[in-house]
Amino acid sequence: MNFGWIDKRRIPLAWLLLTRQPFRLFVALAGICFAGILMFMQLGFRDGLFDASITVHKLFDADLVLISPRSKSSISMAGFPRRRLVQVMAHEDVVGITPVNWNFLLWRNPKTLSTRSILALGFEPNDRLFTDSNLSRKAKTLTQYGRVLFDERSRKEFGPIAKWFREGKRIETELAGKRIRVTGLISLGPSFGADGNLITSRETYLDLMPNNPPGSIEIGLIRLKVGANPYMVRQILSRSLPKDVKVLTLKDFLEFEKNYWRSSTSIGFIFSLGAAMGFVVGCVIVYQILYSDVSDHLPEYATLIAMGYKLKNLFGVVAREGFLLAVMGYLPAYAAGQGLYALVRSSTNLPVAMNASRALFVFFMILFMCMISALLAMRRLVDADPAEIF
Amino acid sequence: MKNPTSQNSLLFPSVSIKSLSHYFGKGTNKRRILDSISMKIYPGEVVILTGPSGCGKTTLLTLIGALRKVQSGDLNVLGTELQGSRRRERQKLRCQIGMIFQGHNLLAFLTSEQNVQMGSDLLNGYSYSERRAQARQCLRDVGLEDELNKLPHDLSGGQKQRVAIARALAARPQLLLADEPTAALDSSTGREVVNLLKKLSKEKACAVLMVTHDPRILDVADRVLKMEDGRINPAI
Repeated sequence: MNFGWIDKRRIPLAWLLLTRQPFRLFVALAGICFAGILMFMQLGFRDGLFDASITVHKLFDADLVLISPRSKSSISMAGFPRRRLVQVMAHEDVVGITPVNWNFLLWRNPKTLSTRSILALGFEPNDRLFTDSNLSRKAKTLTQYGRVLFDERSRKEFGPIAKWFREGKRIETELAGKRIRVTGLISLGPSFGADGNLITSRETYLDLMPNNPPGSIEIGLIRLKVGANPYMVRQILSRSLPKDVKVLTLKDFLEFEKNYWRSSTSIGFIFSLGAAMGFVVGCVIVYQILYSDVSDHLPEYATLIAMGYKLKNLFGVVAREGFLLAVMGYLPAYAAGQGLYALVRSSTNLPVAMNASRALFVFFMILFMCMISALLAMRRLVDADPAEIF
Repeated sequence: MKNPTSQNSLLFPSVSIKSLSHYFGKGTNKRRILDSISMKIYPGEVVILTGPSGCGKTTLLTLIGALRKVQSGDLNVLGTELQGSRRRERQKLRCQIGMIFQGHNLLAFLTSEQNVQMGSDLLNGYSYSERRAQARQCLRDVGLEDELNKLPHDLSGGQKQRVAIARALAARPQLLLADEPTAALDSSTGREVVNLLKKLSKEKACAVLMVTHDPRILDVADRVLKMEDGRINPAI
């Protein structure tokens, strides 16, 4: 093994410059930390909002999903023939299917009697719908006609359903102009498209929407054998099925929904702009700190040049200062980001969490910010004239 | 005392200057600072350059120290011709020249040991611990082995100047340039510092060129050169 670098190392000027000026270091780190937190928060909110658009989607118990090619997002789902889903059973890897109806219906708030549109899912109560096994127990009550399960996390504008239900009240109200009864609560959460959700049987659903052709569904869930490759099966299925359906893996289905909100709304732009502001503010702070640090030590740098150090060595000192600032500023920003994410999660129900790619992205933005600032501050070093210090 | 010039005249000179002139400013503001100076300094010699302010002493020192470009005339320092030299050549030459400044110019954020090691770090082919040992030895030579971990602002003026000497010597220079090394010191401390400088340079066979106003230290010199209006008048 070669320990050459240990022997070649010199006095760690950059480290000593930073640590022997604790106040300046503190200000620099506070600035970098601020920029980092701003980026973490803005990007976290952005991704969190996109994740919030798939609160229901990601609960589906499926490996592949059939949708109509005319469907653009959860708020505009188009129907396709249920036969297509049945045809899928011909593939040997397919072990189960669940036809799902998906549409927005008008819900009357039983307290204020005002109406509001709610996302209604219709499925056969004996089928598997969500990965959460709690549902199948509650779904038994749906076999009776006119029964629904209400999402207790729906916005409060739909009425105090969960509260009344827990008090043992019998809750009957109007959905799409017909009488229904709430026989249970489920926990899904509101998403971008839907302020509230409810689940019912396909029979009830078709009765609520008499214009909906009975053979038409909006989503087809397909479950595969354990160990089957969903990508391969998807390829085979999309080749054999007619063009009136689209086969997606569950991951693509989630991406399809997120992509709608990402590309067709200004949310992405607004939050990315916020993160960019953080980046710019951080650049200005780090540049100011490094520039004044170089200026303050200009006679010392000139002395080093007079002693025989190369300008390149001094550029290296400033670059290392930038690097050290980036690393030291990132760690508290990361910790603060984690803390604030937890705070946001608990107070808004928004699914905001740290993930590796964002953590890395912010680190590289901070590194980039510090190195750019160091590069600009280096220009000042050229003014270090050793002939002036005598 | 023998005349060191004649004693060393067979040696290759450390510094050899021939009709060196230097100007500041441009056009009508152009001012001559050095007027065809010629002189030689031999290894082991201690030369003091004295004269009134503004006579060009410091300019000459910075030219010899390879900190300025030579405008006209020949200047050869430790075998490097500085007329028309490249930046890289000047930087390499500076590694072999020790410099001691009027205001000590220590790095405020380094301890005395680290400051001196900034000098020995310029040596190639030595490990970190060897360079640190060299730094410690140099501090011992100037009598500061107990102040290794003090920052410059905790040292007295004389101690700071001694650290600066240790730093200059840590790079094992063959030529030492000192600009008013006693200016910020009281007379007895100044005397001590200059004696130390002379003793160490003799031990290490290092030529010394010292610029000073201070008449009390002229006697340490092997040779005193008097400068006036950019010319050298041989004195003493």
